[in-house]
Amino acid sequence: MNSVILRTATRILVSLMLLFSIFVMIRGHNEPGGGFVGGLIASTGLALFTLAYGPATVRKAIRIDPRFISMVGLGTAVVAGMIGTIWGHAFMKGMWTEIFGIALGTPVLFDLGVYLVVIGAVMTLILAMEEEG
Amino acid sequence: MGGGKWNCQINRSQICWMNGPIIWIREGVRCDVKVKAQKHITLSTRLLDGLIVIIALGLTLFFASKVPQVAHNGPIRYVTEWVPSLNVQLSFMLDGLGLLFALIICGAGTFVTLYSGAYLAGHEQIGRFRLYLTLFMLSMVGLVLADNLVALFVFWELTTITSYLLIGFDHKTENGRRSARQALLVTGGGGLAMMAGFVMLGQASGSWELSEIRLTGDLIRNHELYLPILITVLCGAFAKSAQFPLHFWLPNAMAAPTPVSAYLHSATMVKGGIYLMARLYPILGGTMAWMVPLIVVGGFTAVWSSLLALRQNDMKLMLAYTTVMALGTLTMLLGTDNTVAITGMAVFLLVHSLYKCTLFLVVGAIDHECGTRKLDELGGLAKKMPITAAAAILAALSMAGLPPFFGFVGKELIYEGALNQKFLTMTVVGGALAANILMVAVAAIIIYKPFFSPEIKTPHHPHEAPWQMWLGPAVMGGLGLLFGLGIVWVGDLLIQPAVQAIVGKPTKLHLGLFHGFNLPLLLSVVTVVMGLLVFNFRNICSALVRGIEAVLPFSGDQAYDGVMKMIYKFSHWQTDVLQHGSLSRYLATIFATIAISVGYTMISKGGVVSVKIWPQLYFYEWTIIGLILGGIVVTLLAYSRLMAICAMGVIGTCVGLIYLMFGAPDVALTQLTVEILVVVLVTVALLKLPGHATVGEAAGFENMVRGVIAVSIGAVITFLLLGVNSTPMDMRITDYYATYSYALAHGRNIVNVVLVDFRGFDTMGEITVLSVAGLTAYQMIKLRMGREK
Repeated sequence: MNSVILRTATRILVSLMLLFSIFVMIRGHNEPGGGFVGGLIASTGLALFTLAYGPATVRKAIRIDPRFISMVGLGTAVVAGMIGTIWGHAFMKGMWTEIFGIALGTPVLFDLGVYLVVIGAVMTLILAMEEEG
Repeated sequence: MGGGKWNCQINRSQICWMNGPIIWIREGVRCDVKVKAQKHITLSTRLLDGLIVIIALGLTLFFASKVPQVAHNGPIRYVTEWVPSLNVQLSFMLDGLGLLFALIICGAGTFVTLYSGAYLAGHEQIGRFRLYLTLFMLSMVGLVLADNLVALFVFWELTTITSYLLIGFDHKTENGRRSARQALLVTGGGGLAMMAGFVMLGQASGSWELSEIRLTGDLIRNHELYLPILITVLCGAFAKSAQFPLHFWLPNAMAAPTPVSAYLHSATMVKGGIYLMARLYPILGGTMAWMVPLIVVGGFTAVWSSLLALRQNDMKLMLAYTTVMALGTLTMLLGTDNTVAITGMAVFLLVHSLYKCTLFLVVGAIDHECGTRKLDELGGLAKKMPITAAAAILAALSMAGLPPFFGFVGKELIYEGALNQKFLTMTVVGGALAANILMVAVAAIIIYKPFFSPEIKTPHHPHEAPWQMWLGPAVMGGLGLLFGLGIVWVGDLLIQPAVQAIVGKPTKLHLGLFHGFNLPLLLSVVTVVMGLLVFNFRNICSALVRGIEAVLPFSGDQAYDGVMKMIYKFSHWQTDVLQHGSLSRYLATIFATIAISVGYTMISKGGVVSVKIWPQLYFYEWTIIGLILGGIVVTLLAYSRLMAICAMGVIGTCVGLIYLMFGAPDVALTQLTVEILVVVLVTVALLKLPGHATVGEAAGFENMVRGVIAVSIGAVITFLLLGVNSTPMDMRITDYYATYSYALAHGRNIVNVVLVDFRGFDTMGEITVLSVAGLTAYQMIKLRMGREK
């Protein structure tokens, strides 16, 4: 779409939405939000980017193939599930530790995996459909 | 610049040197740098060949070292837990029968692996071949040692799969692929029937351990499930051991490289069915229902296939049919009810493995050196391949059952056992006699035609095969003679424990070469004389067989093709019906199914709740309802697809608002973002669709049907939710989550904690589906793009 208004607004909106998506993902543990919604918000932002600038620009901007992003996300989730097994617990057992007073645990890592899978899968679809002649 | 120059100086040999370890690891993959790599490949090939031979040899020696212990102290058992919750153990038992088989498998395996290294030298996929062959050997050992029915079944199927891979090793030919598929379907289908039989057997006896089940033989034989168990298990055994009418896959399996035919399709895998029947003999055997099918099917298979063997020109096919004959004889003997016949079966099993493996390897060597294995293209090889010829002669004499070879002992025992049989005596004797006569004839053909008939020019100039290829045949052929001479020791150490395991009670055997002048000896003489007569008139005999074949309406192979064609047809038909490719019809099917099944259940069980009180709502709630209704109307009446999608977006957004009002901000947030993305995605997709098609394009009747389905699914879901709300909610799970969300999972947002922690496994499944769906859609889009270009 060749609209100056859309393109100008997109520049600001995309960065804000990406930041917001990370915020929503991290906040999700205690307040409404989470990896899934966060991933969706990020995808929406990137979808807007795609509509305004075309898929080629977006591919160049995110550098990494979205298929790879979703696979990395899946791998992250699996690794998060596996960590507990090191100590002989069942697969997916949540492990927690505290660093500088902030509780960090495998579910947070798992959520990050979900976030990446959602972005990867949605962007795979949107970019492929936009690229189709 | 310096770097660039340095790079240029790396020459081919250095690349090879650097790649050396990689080539070593993944040899078998063709290397592009051929000049030096050749050396690495041959070296690594030799090392790997040696490794497999050492594995097989080590296993042989291990089992051989257990022979005295098993013979004198009885079976050795090894148990480890497998699935304790299902009471399934991984248990192995080394008794006489298992040991006899294990020795055949590993012993033949040693020579076959040694042989195939030379036979397939330079083949680009030899690495793959080694892997399959080793896998097969280990699964086969597992099969004959497994004491647990489940483990036995798993190993059984593993041998089927490795056999499939090995038959289809030459996968570039249509014939190779077809034969592999056929073997897989026939033996795999039998395996499935057998699994059903195993489950019933496990239920009937209350145990999965064969060593425990065999103690309950009487109980099983009188159990009401006895007949179903017997039929299904025999289906599996007959399919695996190529009994009529399922015998056709075995000759076709000769599409495999010759070492595979020698190993799997004569000495080991096809005897899996025989092993199973022998193993189950004390459990299922001895009844009429056991004896009649085994004797009749086995006897018929033996005679018919030995007739077919006589008329073959391809030596490999000839041997394949004699293998079917041997399997038929073994089956027939297992159908008898006397120990002598069972002893004959155990001896013949070993006899056959020795001579048949030898002969196959000999044929492979002839094929390898002369470039053909057709009988009428071979002649006078005895001088050119003396060691191979000697091995072949030893094996063929054992096959013909001449004294003092091991085969003679087997044949005498078979005749004695057949004469001892109280039931269907003449069938057994006649079958054994006819099959053995034809065996003598075939043995004579195999010795005479390629080795002693006048010399014929072959495609390659023949010379003796490399040592790896004659060692195995020579040793195994020689063993056929040695075992005959040392029958007393072989009988005590190998045969007696095996017979004890089959019969299920202690027995004392007195095996010897000479049993006095009696009826079996007379039959042996008759066999040899008649066999030589058939050999003399072999042309007339094979013409006769051809004549019979021509009269038959169809062969087993054609019947297989017919069945396969019907399956394909059915599959096409049902795919056309179920997978029509129309998205709206898929959705209509899904919704109609839900509406009918849920609606029927609700009405028949009286779960429909009627609402009598008009709800008290705030004005903004009415507004949202109004917006949803408006969205529906616009969607239905919309002229363009774009408009319909936007109206759907309004509905979705309003639903999100409802979530928000009822205190589910997480769900609302997700609903809103999903709604936005769906509108974007569908719009992008719609822009690609051809023309300006409108929503109301379908015919009036079809629209009516869709309307009915839409209204009913809406109504059913509404009443379902009303019904759920009218029953008291079980709050225990919710309370648990509320209590422990922060205490255990360090999170105050219960929804998210449930998603990533309490029920994280579900989420794992969902994100897997999501990423796979993304990848699949991507592939489909790209595929279409490629096609359009």
